[in-house]
Amino acid sequence: MLFAVFLPALLAIFIPYLSKWKEKIHTGYFVLLAPLAVFIYFVSFVGGDFEPVTQNYNWIPSLNIGFDFYLDGLSLLFALLISGIGSLVAFYSIFYLHKTERLDQFYVYLLLFMTAMFGVVLSDNVFVLYSFWELTSISSFLLIGYWNYKERSRYGALKSMLITVFGGLSMLGGFILLTMITETTSIQEMIAQADVILSHEYFGLIMALILLGAFTKSAQFPFHIWLPDAMEAPTPVSAYLHSATMVKAGIFLVARFTPILSQSEWFFVFVSGIGILTLVWGSYMAVRQTDLKGILAFSTISQLGMIMAMLGFGTSAAIFGAVFHILNHATFKGSLFMVAGIVDHESGTRDIRKLGGLATLMPISATLAFFGTFSMAGVPLPFLNGFYSKEMFFDASIELESSSLMIAELLRTAIPYLAVFGSIFTFVYSMYLVFGTFMGKKKLEQLPKKPHEAPIGMLVPPIILVLGVIIIGILPETFNGNLLAHAAEAIYGAPVDKHIQFWHGWITPLYMSLAVVVIGAILAFVRKSWSGIYSFFPGKLSFNKAYDFIVDQLEKTSARITNSYMNGSLRRYMVLILSAILIVTFTFIGLTGGFAWDTSNLAEITVHEVVIALAMAIAAIATIFTNNKIGAILILGVVGYGLALLFVVYRAPDLALTQLVVETITVALFLLCFYHLPNLRVRTDSVFEKTTNIIISIGFGALMTVVAISAHSTKLFDTISSYFVENSYKLGGGDNVVNVTLVDIRGIDTLFEIVVLGIAALAIYGMIKLRHKKGAK
Amino acid sequence: MSEFASFLPDLISVITVICMVVVTISITILLYRVVKGPTNPDRAVALDAIGINLMAMAGLVAILLTSTQLNDVILLIGILLFIGTIALAKYLEKGVIIDRNRD
Repeated sequence: MLFAVFLPALLAIFIPYLSKWKEKIHTGYFVLLAPLAVFIYFVSFVGGDFEPVTQNYNWIPSLNIGFDFYLDGLSLLFALLISGIGSLVAFYSIFYLHKTERLDQFYVYLLLFMTAMFGVVLSDNVFVLYSFWELTSISSFLLIGYWNYKERSRYGALKSMLITVFGGLSMLGGFILLTMITETTSIQEMIAQADVILSHEYFGLIMALILLGAFTKSAQFPFHIWLPDAMEAPTPVSAYLHSATMVKAGIFLVARFTPILSQSEWFFVFVSGIGILTLVWGSYMAVRQTDLKGILAFSTISQLGMIMAMLGFGTSAAIFGAVFHILNHATFKGSLFMVAGIVDHESGTRDIRKLGGLATLMPISATLAFFGTFSMAGVPLPFLNGFYSKEMFFDASIELESSSLMIAELLRTAIPYLAVFGSIFTFVYSMYLVFGTFMGKKKLEQLPKKPHEAPIGMLVPPIILVLGVIIIGILPETFNGNLLAHAAEAIYGAPVDKHIQFWHGWITPLYMSLAVVVIGAILAFVRKSWSGIYSFFPGKLSFNKAYDFIVDQLEKTSARITNSYMNGSLRRYMVLILSAILIVTFTFIGLTGGFAWDTSNLAEITVHEVVIALAMAIAAIATIFTNNKIGAILILGVVGYGLALLFVVYRAPDLALTQLVVETITVALFLLCFYHLPNLRVRTDSVFEKTTNIIISIGFGALMTVVAISAHSTKLFDTISSYFVENSYKLGGGDNVVNVTLVDIRGIDTLFEIVVLGIAALAIYGMIKLRHKKGAK
Repeated sequence: MSEFASFLPDLISVITVICMVVVTISITILLYRVVKGPTNPDRAVALDAIGINLMAMAGLVAILLTSTQLNDVILLIGILLFIGTIALAKYLEKGVIIDRNRD
């Protein structure tokens, strides 16, 4: 199974070499092999007596992370979808993408995406699942932005990246919490501990985080906005990622964690509530679109909402319906995207207002579209699979379990009506899609190209998918026993026995379906007369505007915040740094009671020490108030000499020597550069600035004094200097303890001080000698 | 005589301390000139004088500590003071310390 997952990624390594021959043989033919092989491999598992398969491969054993693959019915269904539709899409793209395109990049991204999706659906380890999850986000980002010279492509790619990665990260948070609570990284072991998780205080947070990940990935309300913009991708990508596979990753996630999460009553409220809202909103908005792929994008959103709602219902029938609809949606939506791509390819536009009457020119595509859309609309015909799952949806929506939560009860009453409402609009846009494109007047003069039927290679994949629609429609029981029942069982946790049949008798769901068809047909027929409501609702209230506003405001606000303190003034930065030190240190001293006052260790004070210290203090204060730059340096010289004198008085001849030399050289250096410096400016600080300066400088001085006093009063142990004094001659061979310390005991320090001086010298030399003219490199 | 001999070390230290106090007072008064000093040459001369006082101070401390370690310091102060004062004087006179383009 490891090989099956990584086969596409392995092949991706060779794609750049293979694409060198793209003039002779289209690179897509090589690519086709990988999903086809994986598909055949997974088909071998299908059967009535299927049992879950577990395979473990080590990755990071110390962190309990490994490629633990777990193939149950749910994973198998998804793996078959990914590999099967992957093969068809690869085949379709051979005819869709011209050889002049950058085929190598396209197929590398596509194969990476396949590996990522296989990883997502097969991983049992949450962290591996998350890794693959992010890989799908990244490869999808690359695929959406495939035509990166288009501004809209880049916008769509960035938008989908931001939203899905936002969700992915929150999902990671949920996973980490789950791992902490259960002390395992395996999903199956977590499911075994579901009651522990359920009773844990973090359960609400876990559910919110994981659902956030699922909702963003599956384009649920209000995170659906990235999907319509992702339609800038090449059509094979839209067909594959944005109808059949990636957007179902969120569905998969919810389904996978249903055994844990669905035990909470809120699961129904969130998942079904958001799902039904997405269904209604998506189908409502789809009618408004004029772009074929735009309609399909909102249609996908609404269908995903329907699946999500069914997962939230949590009854055995609903889960079976959800699983069934996952399969159905992948077939008909894949074929519809491919037909939209064919129309675009052959007529040069996807704008439904310019299209019309193509049925006679493109009879095969038109037929395919008829099947796809009628299945999507849920028209009650015995050979359309969409009808069955829609019927199951209605069936499940009226048989909801009652709940103690009031909001859940409210939702329970509203859901059947909302379901019918959403389905009516689904019917409307489906009819609009197919009749607007293929029926009506021909408008050939508006089309950039003269439309004609697509090449046979381009038609094969949608034909296969439509055949899938019909076969599932005619023989649903074949799929039920071998595939769907296992998947539903994996979600529900107990065997589900649900027989799919066309005729149930005169029961409520059938009336609901008939109502949808009748009202939908009427609404579709008089669509022009009521489409004006879209200017009132949503009108300006679009979530795209909200997204743009948020992104724009984030950039502006962060720029404003950054500019507010990063104003380039050194004074401002010093104020910030010093106040931070002041506040932190004083608070810390105050909180911990760190101040200490101990006079037992103090030495006698002599008169001359006091006088020297006073002289230095006066000189230091005088420096601040002088306006003459040479005067300032000379007064500062007093401080330097005073310090040297203190060193003498405190018996530190080496320090005194060094201090004197350095002081003199500093004064000389100042004199050297004074010639080039401007005169001391008369300071024109405002009162506020002056006050801050004074407060901070006095505060900082006080702080240092307090710290010094406390440090001196807190002697926790003896100094080690007695060792130096005793051993400087014995071990170092010198009387001068300071010098022995500098070159023997702590020679390394001295070495690097010398290095510092060397670097400084070189830097000064470089600064003076290597003067570049402005603007020159 | 013996009394005087025993009194001598004490006397020396007392006198030394008195001298130190006097020198520090002298430094303080010089400080007034450095801070106040109406012109920069005033300040330069005052700083030079402070340096001389430093030499005296170092010598006195050496006596007080009965140590020869500070003799280097005294010599060094002398040299540095000279250099510093020359540099200052040259700067005040010409505005530069190191001449370029002598010809």
